[in-house]
Amino acid sequence: MPEQLIWGMEVFLNGLMAGVLYALVALGFVLIFKASGIFNFSQGVMALFAALTLVGIMEGQVPFSHLINAAFGTEIHHFGWHVPAVAAILLTMVVMVALAWLVNQLIFRHLVNQEPIILFMATIGLAYFLEGFGDIMWGADIKKLDVGLPQGINSTIDEVTYNIFGYGFFIDNLDLWATAVAALLVIALVIFAQYTKQGRAMRAVADDHQAALSVGISLNFIWVMVWSLAGFVALVAGIMWGTKSGVQFSLSLIALKALPVLMLGGFTSIPGAIVGGLIIGVGEKLFEFIIGPMVGGATENWFAYVLALIFLVFRPQGLFGEKIIERV
Amino acid sequence: MKQKLLTAVTAAVMAAGPALAELKIVDTSYRTGPYAANGIPFSDGYQDYFTLLNERDGGIGGEMINLVECETGYNTEKGVECYEGTKGDDSLVYQPLSTGITYQLIPKASADGIPLHTMGYGRTSAKNGSVFKWVFNYPANYWDGASHAVTHILNQNDGDIGDKTIALVYHNSAYGKEPIRTLEKLSEKHGYDLTLLPVDHPGQEQKSQWLQIRREKPDYVIMWGWGVMNQVAIQEAVNIRFPMENFIGIWWSGSENDVKAAGERADGYKALTFHNLGRDYPVYDDIQEYVVDAGLAAGAGDQIGSVLYNRGMYAAMLAAEAVKTAQEMHGVAAITPEQMRDGMENLEITEEKMAAIGLPNFGPEFTVTCENHGGNGLGAVSQWDAEAGKFELITDYYQSDQEIIQELVKEDSMSFAEENDIELRCD
Repeated sequence: MPEQLIWGMEVFLNGLMAGVLYALVALGFVLIFKASGIFNFSQGVMALFAALTLVGIMEGQVPFSHLINAAFGTEIHHFGWHVPAVAAILLTMVVMVALAWLVNQLIFRHLVNQEPIILFMATIGLAYFLEGFGDIMWGADIKKLDVGLPQGINSTIDEVTYNIFGYGFFIDNLDLWATAVAALLVIALVIFAQYTKQGRAMRAVADDHQAALSVGISLNFIWVMVWSLAGFVALVAGIMWGTKSGVQFSLSLIALKALPVLMLGGFTSIPGAIVGGLIIGVGEKLFEFIIGPMVGGATENWFAYVLALIFLVFRPQGLFGEKIIERV
Repeated sequence: MKQKLLTAVTAAVMAAGPALAELKIVDTSYRTGPYAANGIPFSDGYQDYFTLLNERDGGIGGEMINLVECETGYNTEKGVECYEGTKGDDSLVYQPLSTGITYQLIPKASADGIPLHTMGYGRTSAKNGSVFKWVFNYPANYWDGASHAVTHILNQNDGDIGDKTIALVYHNSAYGKEPIRTLEKLSEKHGYDLTLLPVDHPGQEQKSQWLQIRREKPDYVIMWGWGVMNQVAIQEAVNIRFPMENFIGIWWSGSENDVKAAGERADGYKALTFHNLGRDYPVYDDIQEYVVDAGLAAGAGDQIGSVLYNRGMYAAMLAAEAVKTAQEMHGVAAITPEQMRDGMENLEITEEKMAAIGLPNFGPEFTVTCENHGGNGLGAVSQWDAEAGKFELITDYYQSDQEIIQELVKEDSMSFAEENDIELRCD
């Protein structure tokens, strides 16, 4: 088999894995948009905040320690204990649910029936607030995140492919875990949305706020639930990306990777986020592999958007998005 | 009424009086945003040194230092706003700590007559003082850095790298592209093959670049990164089992922050530096006593001795020495920005001077002249020791390849002079 083809297969597989990581971020956007019509600009910052909180809890860091020390002249930084990863993840979830409740109570319940652009602007404000709040709460230093996920080349795949092709493929163990977690997450979310009472209520709210209210569905509860779910997805994305690069404030920029995925997959489809992520991941990696060397490389960022735009021309609602028809 | 008015005017003049006589230094810092983790230690070091001089020595030459901090968030527009908002009242010097902000400030500061010190960053050809009257980039610049990396590789291979391949992984921006021409010129001279691998901002996803490195197996990788790009690159290098001792970063890719995510597996990673490392210097005892213990530290006081704290402190020390030089030259304590520029242009850093400051063996000796605003171009290589949790110098200071760099500096600066109709000076 030609060398270029073998390498292309490796690039293809890595593109799929990268796509899963993009999809993890996109999922949070989809959940909130699906239930409330809000394009949540703060989804990337939520991933950052969740990851910061997780590391802070795991390391026993005192929240707001810089503020406390400055105000009272103390030197407190750590509680002196370490929390196991699983317990810390659960505690972080509690924080994310509390955040969801606060966001709803303080912002969105006051903005019911407002124009989508107003809601979007509110999420921009939320993003900047949350970024500053996370900084004050946990500090701006880069934090190592280790929840026990393996990293580095998968030796089995390396050996098997070497025996077949004479060239061992590189697949990162962390990416394999991310794929497994994303698959479970999507299955769980689809089951939740289709087969549970709360899930059906969520879909009802998504279809028509007024109609859902008229049959006794609590809009507040649904919105808190959806923001909590988005918080959980943000936590998963934060863990995967934070393990790669350390938890730091540029983590909020991962939202940029989710936008073309949303454009392609549609803003309202959970499977669409996954399929969109895979297409973007594979597309940008293969383009960089084949065309990149001819044009000086660094094509991935812009090519993802070009690919999404091409799909938009033919399906403006995205691959799996709902076609919105408004009759006069 | 008249008496009240007179009292008010007198009070206003008295209040304004000392401020006019102070030495105003602006710290354009970034303590927020994606690059805060790097901006904080640098700014802490920069500010703590000036606080030390105020508290221990009563300022410089009897004049107190008025340090003004302005947050840029590493954003070029905000950086320019900071400059415009603080440049009045005789701000003596700006240290933008961003190549993007530097490029915007070069024409503005040149027109306003305020010196810029872009230490180890910014526009490399600003080394040519006959073109860039108000810009200084001593003690070393990017092209020096590229040359130091190649010198190190040459030294490891008994001076023969004709059969070697070097890959440059760089931030796809003006900053990241700086070393390319130098590395190409050095490639012509030494015969190595050069592969260029750009990484898009911010650099969180680099799988394509590292798969290519894994396929093509270059002998060495040089990195020109900043922020998250560094952490991800080191992590990916670890993942593909690239030998860490053959991976060399520029000085902006060589702080503790950069190796944190990869942990122990980053052991052996190398980075260039133009100053020494650690906290084993007498000046730090004074900073601890007069600044940190007195509750006057710019930050939490927990960054002392880190690579970027040292660099910020070094930048402040060089500014303070330029102030002293200017004061001696002009015989006044309250110097103007123009006199500060003279001080910077006549700066001479000797080991004797460094030892007296409390920084023995901290940096190489260098001299600034009218023609040479970039110092002597000396740099060394440091290596990450994961067990000890610190970078350590592993080489002496190398002299960069002046034969090639001088030619490139001349070419680039002369084209800038031509485009901007600048009359050459220093004759």
